[in-house]
Amino acid sequence: MPRPAVRRRVPALVRALLPAFALLAAGCAETGWSTFEPASDVARMILVPYSDLLWWTIGIFVVVEATLLFALWRYRRREGDPDVPEQVHGHTFVEIGWTIAPAVVLFFIAIPTIRTIFATQGDPPQRDPLEIVVTGHQWWWEFEYPEMGITTANELHLPRGRTARLTLTSVDVIHSFWVPRMGGKRDLNPGSENTLWFTPDSVGEYHGHCAELCGTSHANMRFRVFVHEPADFAAWADGLAAKAAPDSAGFHAFLISGCAACHAIAGTPAQGRLGPELTGFGDRTTIAAGIYPNEPDLLAGWLRSPDSMKPGALMPDLNLTEERIRELVAFLEGL
Amino acid sequence: MTSAAPAAGVHSLYGGGIASWLTTVDHKRVGVLYGVTALFYFVVGGIEALIIRLQLAAPESTLVGADTFNQLFTMHGTTMVFLVLMPLAAAMFNYLVPLMIGARDVAFPRLNAFSYWTFLFGSILLNVSFFTGGAPDAGWFGYANLTSEQYNPGMGIDFWLLSLQIMGIASIAAGVNFTVTILNMRAPGMSLMRMPLFVWMTLVVQVLILLAFPVITVGLVFLMFDRFFGTHFYIPAAGGTPILWQHLFWIFGHPEVYILILPSFGIVSDVLPTFARKPLFGRPFVIFSGLAIGFLGFGVWSHHMFTTGMGPIADTAFALGTFLIAIPTGVKIFNWIGTIWGGHVVFRTPLYFAVGMVSMFIIGGLSGIMHASPPVDWQQHDSYFVVAHLHYVFFGGTVMGLFAGIYYWWPKVTGRMLSERLGKAHFWLTMIGMNVTFFPMHFLGMDGMPRRIYTYAAGMGWDQWNLVATIGAFVIALGMLLFYVNAVRSLRSGPPAPADPWDAATLEWSMSSPPPEYNFAVVPEVHSARPLWLYKYGPTRDTSTHTREEGTPSQPDAPPARIDLPSPSWWPLLAAAGMGVMGSGALIGLPVVLLGAGLLVTGVFLWAFQPLERPGHPVFGPASSEGR
Repeated sequence: MPRPAVRRRVPALVRALLPAFALLAAGCAETGWSTFEPASDVARMILVPYSDLLWWTIGIFVVVEATLLFALWRYRRREGDPDVPEQVHGHTFVEIGWTIAPAVVLFFIAIPTIRTIFATQGDPPQRDPLEIVVTGHQWWWEFEYPEMGITTANELHLPRGRTARLTLTSVDVIHSFWVPRMGGKRDLNPGSENTLWFTPDSVGEYHGHCAELCGTSHANMRFRVFVHEPADFAAWADGLAAKAAPDSAGFHAFLISGCAACHAIAGTPAQGRLGPELTGFGDRTTIAAGIYPNEPDLLAGWLRSPDSMKPGALMPDLNLTEERIRELVAFLEGL
Repeated sequence: MTSAAPAAGVHSLYGGGIASWLTTVDHKRVGVLYGVTALFYFVVGGIEALIIRLQLAAPESTLVGADTFNQLFTMHGTTMVFLVLMPLAAAMFNYLVPLMIGARDVAFPRLNAFSYWTFLFGSILLNVSFFTGGAPDAGWFGYANLTSEQYNPGMGIDFWLLSLQIMGIASIAAGVNFTVTILNMRAPGMSLMRMPLFVWMTLVVQVLILLAFPVITVGLVFLMFDRFFGTHFYIPAAGGTPILWQHLFWIFGHPEVYILILPSFGIVSDVLPTFARKPLFGRPFVIFSGLAIGFLGFGVWSHHMFTTGMGPIADTAFALGTFLIAIPTGVKIFNWIGTIWGGHVVFRTPLYFAVGMVSMFIIGGLSGIMHASPPVDWQQHDSYFVVAHLHYVFFGGTVMGLFAGIYYWWPKVTGRMLSERLGKAHFWLTMIGMNVTFFPMHFLGMDGMPRRIYTYAAGMGWDQWNLVATIGAFVIALGMLLFYVNAVRSLRSGPPAPADPWDAATLEWSMSSPPPEYNFAVVPEVHSARPLWLYKYGPTRDTSTHTREEGTPSQPDAPPARIDLPSPSWWPLLAAAGMGVMGSGALIGLPVVLLGAGLLVTGVFLWAFQPLERPGHPVFGPASSEGR
């Protein structure tokens, strides 16, 4: 439904120029972040009023500023001008005209705005969305897929073409879920639930970020969204659900280091919920909420001193020996 | 600033020692105190901004840490809003409103002094936090529950909430004072519709302050109780709701935007006609647009909360309300252009800044219409796009407008002219600098860069625009440096200012520069919105029922009859100091709170029973010797 709506409402010229604007905005770089490169139905629907407004405002800007500059140039005081110009005090019809004109423009802006407000909230068009519970933590993301019984952190995997309906909440302060190419942001409020849905339409990797100031490491509360073909998504979900029990020697190191107090690994007695779920950790591309690539050196650095890798990190410095850190890195990367 | 007494030595407006400044009740001296304080904090807030920009100039910079950065942007925002823009506007309200309406002083001169000192102690309390373990770090908007004891155990938030409450008292007291002054103390014939636009916008701002500040005070008292006495207004785990803070904050916060911008609207509405040598186009429309903006400003607060999940009905209602504000705002801009149209525009520094204000505010206004649309706001909210928008409004709009006012009224206040050359250099550096700084932030926001992040990864496509913005910030700083140089040079050796350097139309130009302590030697009679112009140039179409003789002539050099002025007083200062001591006592201990309360009560008591005119009060005019 939304895609044809875009085609109908956005004139061809405007559509042709939008990528140019996006490119200018991006400083001529492909960013994977731009709000002008939509990759979901909702992002495309938002772009309808967005591009309407963008072009209205650019047009109004050009006309008004040009009139201002022309008036300044045309009516600058010149040699031989009389002492005072004609003392004009106003013009009622002109006033009425420029009161009505913006009202008319606003009417045209309001229609796509209201249409998009109602189309993107409430129930999604698809009957059977993929339900995901997103929980914000200082400073990482928890993604739970109730229908599959799996939980992961900081990397959200989605199937292409199926609506994802997110239930958003927080365990501590207010966070805000934002993946620019998937659509707008919505807050994660502690003590209440918000919902947000969108249907990814292109396979790829997308960046997300917490958009509400949430404390020291707000800047380091990032995440990734991976959109897969439905079959690949199913394979990923099945793989995570069927993870083999971890290596027992490494798990022993994990237990005696105290990690299980906060972290969970499916199929083991480690069921801590304060820190990110570690099931499938070895398959993740990043650590520490999307701020470092998942590499053994960086993971070792993290275990050595979380706070110096991520200011304010709530994971304590466990004073682990280098030997223990080596064991843990090997264990975690094998998950 | 105090060396500005004119060479003629006619009067001692700025003379006297420190004590005379501490005890002054003269609205002009209080205005100067506000102005000097605001221009000092402008440097402080500016340095905070430069450090922020340096940190963000490159990805993964380590100039300042995460905690310091969060303190810097919180203090930058709080400082610029409450310690720079509001007091700088207050400086002009104080100095100019009585002069523009033909009054001897404000309605309550000692309350006026009390407002200033209360503001000063509040602002000091806020900045002391830097030296006591950390400034506030939850943003100038201080969203709950990040401000709770649990998630923000330091004292920074305590300093923030206490000082904002104290400064709120200063603002409310000033709001009462100026509302009463404008409604009751106008010269004969100065009807409401003849008031200068700056006075009109001052009146609207005072009403907004009186209605909006109590709301944030309630929000801050809840927060204070949560943090000091263990209540749970904003604590979700105990059934409280953090969203309550957002509503309370923005019911104050959105009118606050108009509290900050309307003074500049007023200044520009007075500066443009002077330099176009024409009356303000569509005067009643400009006045009523200002009223409409103020009124509508109370019904749109939730457009700051479109991402909180309010639902489609509330989203639609607040979007439409916000769209409506664009109409009166547009009407103002069109009328400003109409004022220039057909004029003989004289290009002096105040005009540059006034035109700069109009042209930059257009950008901020238009980007504001974009995120008035909730779907667009979901993308732009809390991104650098909003940082760009608000700086076009507050810097391009408010700061440019205030500088138009500073250049315009500087000769009246100091009795000295500023350098036009330095003034224009200041303008161009500011204009170029602000666009280089803030325009790329639109692109950063569209590219998904969130606000309030102390660092970002390389390769996001954000590097080059951030570097450009940082360079622009230093261009602005250079421009501002020229202003301070210009100001100091003018005070030291600027050419003396005549009474009416711009050939203007309103009453403040009918007296010497700087004005005598008693303002008007003869209370003027007013028959026109442009009383001085009517006297100088005779009737025009609007004043066809008047004669040139009904214009208001320039003031005589000496008062023909005796004039009594109120005596200086220490008690407003004592009462304000009591509030400062109470505020710091909340962080030190109960005995200090009690001491502060004692000072406050003593100050108010002595003030209440002190006659306004006591033996030795300032007396002017032919009978002055008998008065002493």
